[in-house]
Amino acid sequence: MDFNDTPEEAAFRAEARAFLKANLPEKKQAGGRERGEEFLKRAKAWQKTKAQGGFAQITWPKAVGGRGGTPMQQVIWNQEESSFAAPTGPFQIGLGMCIPTVIAFGSDEHKKRYVPKALIGEEIWCQLFSEPAAGSDVAGLKTRAVRDGDDWVINGQKVWTTGAQFSDYGILLTRTDPSVPKHKGLTMFIVNMKDPGVEVRPIHQASGGREFNEVYFTDVRIPDSDRLGEVGAGWKVALVTLMNERLAVGGSPGPDYDEIMKFGTEMGLMSDQAFREKLADWYIQAQGYKLTKFRTQTALSRGDTPGPENSIGKILTANQLQDICNSGIELQDHYGLINDEELAPMKAIFQSSFMWAPGLRIAGGTDEILKNIIAERVLGLPQDVRVDKDIAFDQMKSG
Amino acid sequence: MNFDFSEDQKFLGDQARKYLSEQCTTAEVRKVLNDDGMACHESLWSGIAEMGWLGTAIPEEYGGLGLGMLELCVLAEEIGRALAPVPFSSTVYMLAEALKLGGSEAQKQALLPEIAAGKVIGAYASSEGPGAPDLSALKTTFDGNKLNGTKIPVLDGDIATHALVTAAENGGVSLVLVDLNQAGVKRTVVKTLDPTRSHAELEFTDVAGERIGEAGQAGPLIDKLMDRAAVLVAFEQTGGADRAVEMATDYAKSRYAFGRPIGGYQAIKHKLADGWVKNQVARSNAYYGAWALSTDADELPEAAAAARVAASEAFWFASKENIQTHGGMGFTWEVDCHLFYRRAKLLAVQVGSPKIWKEKLISALENKAAA
Repeated sequence: MDFNDTPEEAAFRAEARAFLKANLPEKKQAGGRERGEEFLKRAKAWQKTKAQGGFAQITWPKAVGGRGGTPMQQVIWNQEESSFAAPTGPFQIGLGMCIPTVIAFGSDEHKKRYVPKALIGEEIWCQLFSEPAAGSDVAGLKTRAVRDGDDWVINGQKVWTTGAQFSDYGILLTRTDPSVPKHKGLTMFIVNMKDPGVEVRPIHQASGGREFNEVYFTDVRIPDSDRLGEVGAGWKVALVTLMNERLAVGGSPGPDYDEIMKFGTEMGLMSDQAFREKLADWYIQAQGYKLTKFRTQTALSRGDTPGPENSIGKILTANQLQDICNSGIELQDHYGLINDEELAPMKAIFQSSFMWAPGLRIAGGTDEILKNIIAERVLGLPQDVRVDKDIAFDQMKSG
Repeated sequence: MNFDFSEDQKFLGDQARKYLSEQCTTAEVRKVLNDDGMACHESLWSGIAEMGWLGTAIPEEYGGLGLGMLELCVLAEEIGRALAPVPFSSTVYMLAEALKLGGSEAQKQALLPEIAAGKVIGAYASSEGPGAPDLSALKTTFDGNKLNGTKIPVLDGDIATHALVTAAENGGVSLVLVDLNQAGVKRTVVKTLDPTRSHAELEFTDVAGERIGEAGQAGPLIDKLMDRAAVLVAFEQTGGADRAVEMATDYAKSRYAFGRPIGGYQAIKHKLADGWVKNQVARSNAYYGAWALSTDADELPEAAAAARVAASEAFWFASKENIQTHGGMGFTWEVDCHLFYRRAKLLAVQVGSPKIWKEKLISALENKAAA
């Protein structure tokens, strides 16, 4: 038992670090959620540098522009990259979820046309699955694709689309046959986000920000050649996308036990028994998350593939973040309400993440869905009752 | 990154699980539960001695197998999983480890081979009444020759051959090794929540003893002994917690209500998923404790404390929700749920309650921050 790299891993880490050092400034402090035109420009430039250096998508085969490396190398890269001021973010969904789906189901033309440009950061992708009436039950979506000659005509609405406002393409899950049960009537397409029939409207989030979007489709025509997978096989395609999402979902940015311990120390709270006991609980959860990741990495290092067990990460981190923010605010008493970065202690980290935390418990699988995944796929318990399983979609109740 | 046990260590664990699943069924555990005259499972104890488990981490020169603490962690998990009704922790984690940490050469030579051979049973005697014992104000005293005082409850105190007794001496604390088979030692069996592990009150009247470590200066030795024991007990707890979640899961798959298995309802599914998550947090923290234990790392105090608290919480949750998942059946004497519930409570308090360990954890983190 040790925490050391194997010689091969150490060599890769050194190579990665040297490349990062040559190309990026080191991170001075924990980064906030950057956004805006300037950031996007920097992000694209960094993605290009990374791709040219052979560090974009390390696990992808060389034939599609990857490094042909191991999942462990990707983990090492991520660890190293996170200690530099690397503008990542905008490519996570495209390269993490959409392009793997294109590689798995697209034609040779698709792969030639889309993969290289996504890899060098020239084109950004988004994922268009969730709808107002299809969140956790995403197969209940209603956006229609109707065949018309060589094209499909799309009408409907997507929601919670990250990055839609700056995306060039998206993978779009649609309903092509409402007369069969919900999972069987879905089809996946590549959609051009610059099409005049695509309208992106930012969502005004409860946190006050506008990072996510609604996307409206009005008579958007997609050639049949831009279909991914068979007609009616969209669910199978979507599962590949979602499987990749599970690999991408990680920790939650925001204050953890060390920040609140630092804050508690500054506030003279270290003699408060109740605070000390809570601090112990937070430390144990934080370690539980970190060390469970080490166990996963050990498995990766031995060549295993990550499974549904990884659902544990977001359950732990999102809830811990919410709890720590809540306490961080209450410890400040009435003053804790102030979320002005100039006035609030520690640049308002507790206050700003307090308003993000509810979203983190929902995005990328709610706590409840993740617990279902653990219960069903890890513990082997029966699936939930699905009263709509064998009913034609157009006969189903929805709301 | 190699944050896991080796193949050999896992093989040892598999062998132990196989052995215990045959020799330590819950029917065997119940023999000790149901018979007040049975303080422990003697044939299981001799079997365990024959397998060499007692000497796992005792060096070969003292008659042990000379394996490491990681091997002992692996065995501890299986002992906990099987609810083994034997004085393993008292003998191995407490007595043998105290001798290894602070014993004189003569003490080690006298006792470690006997422990490895299963001829000596240990006990750790510190508690003197309700509340965690204050080592700076113990009522039990030692004057260099004679020990006087009363300890209650002492795990395995009625069957132990030797006890480690904390006692006041020179205004400090000493750790005193006592041969319990001598005049002046009075043992009285004490009823506890977990009759599968016996407890006694030990009264010492002018009893002969010898120190492990220096007179009145055993504080750091005791702290280290407890840190090490905390990791090992955390493995027992992790093993028990895993099995309780598995038991509840199996029942939820086969018990039908309202026309389908109750494990198909989210109230049950999410409860069991929560149990699984807690068990992972406990296991990961326990592994870190194992690493710190096996490498004698500076991080041992916080690693041991975190392992201890996480495992106590996990086993508590798993054992109580196992009963809940079983419904009325879970509240019967015949169904095994209460065996886990009882053992979970014993293990949560036997080397200091979670509250004590939370305090130790934060103190360790403060010391680290100040350093």
